Amino acid sequence: MIRELGFIDILYLIAAMRWTLALTAIAFLGGGLVGLIIALLRVSPALPLRWLGGLYVHVVQGTPLLAWLFVFFFGLSIVGVEVSPWIAAAAAYSIYAGAFLGEIWRGCLQAIPKTQWEAGASLGLSLAEQMRYIIVPQALRLAIPPTVGFLVQLIKNTSLAAVIGFIELTREGQLTTAVTFRPFTVYLIVAALYFALCFPLTQVSRRLERRLHVAR
Amino acid sequence: MTYSLQFRDVFAAWEFMLDGLVLTLELSLVTMVSGLIIGMAGAAGRVYGPSWLRTTIAVYVEVIRNTPLIVQLFLIFFGLPSAGLKFDAKTAAMVALSINLGAYSIEIIRAGLQAIPRSQIEAGQSLGLSGVQIFRYVVMFPALASQFVLLMLATSVVSQISAEDLFHMASIVQSRTFRDFEVYIVVAAAYLALAIVFRLLFAGLYQLVFARR
Repeated sequence: MIRELGFIDILYLIAAMRWTLALTAIAFLGGGLVGLIIALLRVSPALPLRWLGGLYVHVVQGTPLLAWLFVFFFGLSIVGVEVSPWIAAAAAYSIYAGAFLGEIWRGCLQAIPKTQWEAGASLGLSLAEQMRYIIVPQALRLAIPPTVGFLVQLIKNTSLAAVIGFIELTREGQLTTAVTFRPFTVYLIVAALYFALCFPLTQVSRRLERRLHVAR
Repeated sequence: MTYSLQFRDVFAAWEFMLDGLVLTLELSLVTMVSGLIIGMAGAAGRVYGPSWLRTTIAVYVEVIRNTPLIVQLFLIFFGLPSAGLKFDAKTAAMVALSINLGAYSIEIIRAGLQAIPRSQIEAGQSLGLSGVQIFRYVVMFPALASQFVLLMLATSVVSQISAEDLFHMASIVQSRTFRDFEVYIVVAAAYLALAIVFRLLFAGLYQLVFARR
């Protein structure tokens, strides 16, 4: 049944943003955990570990996120696990975000000059202690602007979860379009809502980056 | 119940997959060319143009970069017909992907242009060097190349407006064979192979054009 696009529909769309944000948060937490492991593997002194981390990044960055979503959505059910779109999405986004965050954080760790490690070693700190007290605090400062930048990518990419039936902003837009048949207006509103989420973050990331350059 | 993976039916449908692969390649290549053209023209306008043009381009770049590709695609394919502009799925896909990649390319090329101090460019020009031109592209090339690979992977999204790319063909094979998991594993591997080929090509191109100087 087709009905008019009303104010209530816009409210529903705005309300659907909470699922976009919730999925982003889950993806960021899961991806952060995976990313941390990948970054550490990539800077580890052992060659096989570096190789393993590199392989992970290449495979994930070389396949579409959509494929991961489908593999988890269909794949987990054949091993007997009942999959809700939530679980499939959480798994796929953690894997995806982990590769990108891992690469970003690896870059930040490696941007710290080697002499800093050596200085730590000369004070008798172990490798883990050098990492914790000398390298990570400095790398963290470098990591914040690109991490916020990736958060924008993540918010935008949560829109793909709509294709496995995960109800978030884009899916809500599809559903609203189906009952009102006003695709142009609805998707324009959806785009505007994404913009309202992403643009401020983009600006924050840019400002942080500029401040970092001045501080150096 | 234990599940055994069976790829035979999936591989038997290789002709479908090949058709899809051809469209994925076509979409990627067309978009790379148009995206690069938009990127170069847009970046030149963004850096050297009059202020109204600079503002317009900046707005275009920000709007595209801060909204999801799939929403842009839906807006063009489902939304524009009500404004009188009707495309078939393939054309809509090409338009949306070009607009999207164009915005990212402008940003990359602009950053490259502005990374070089003006005095360097002037010094080069005063010596009559054309090398400055080349240097600019050296700065941007790796960033553009990785953006292009990301774009190739992102073309999978056009399956959602039923443009018949590799990913769409996968869903057809899936509905015929009911081998959901196997189909998407094969497709993921195909995209990975494509990504590797593109990365190697870009690396080769880079060596060929820039490294011997």
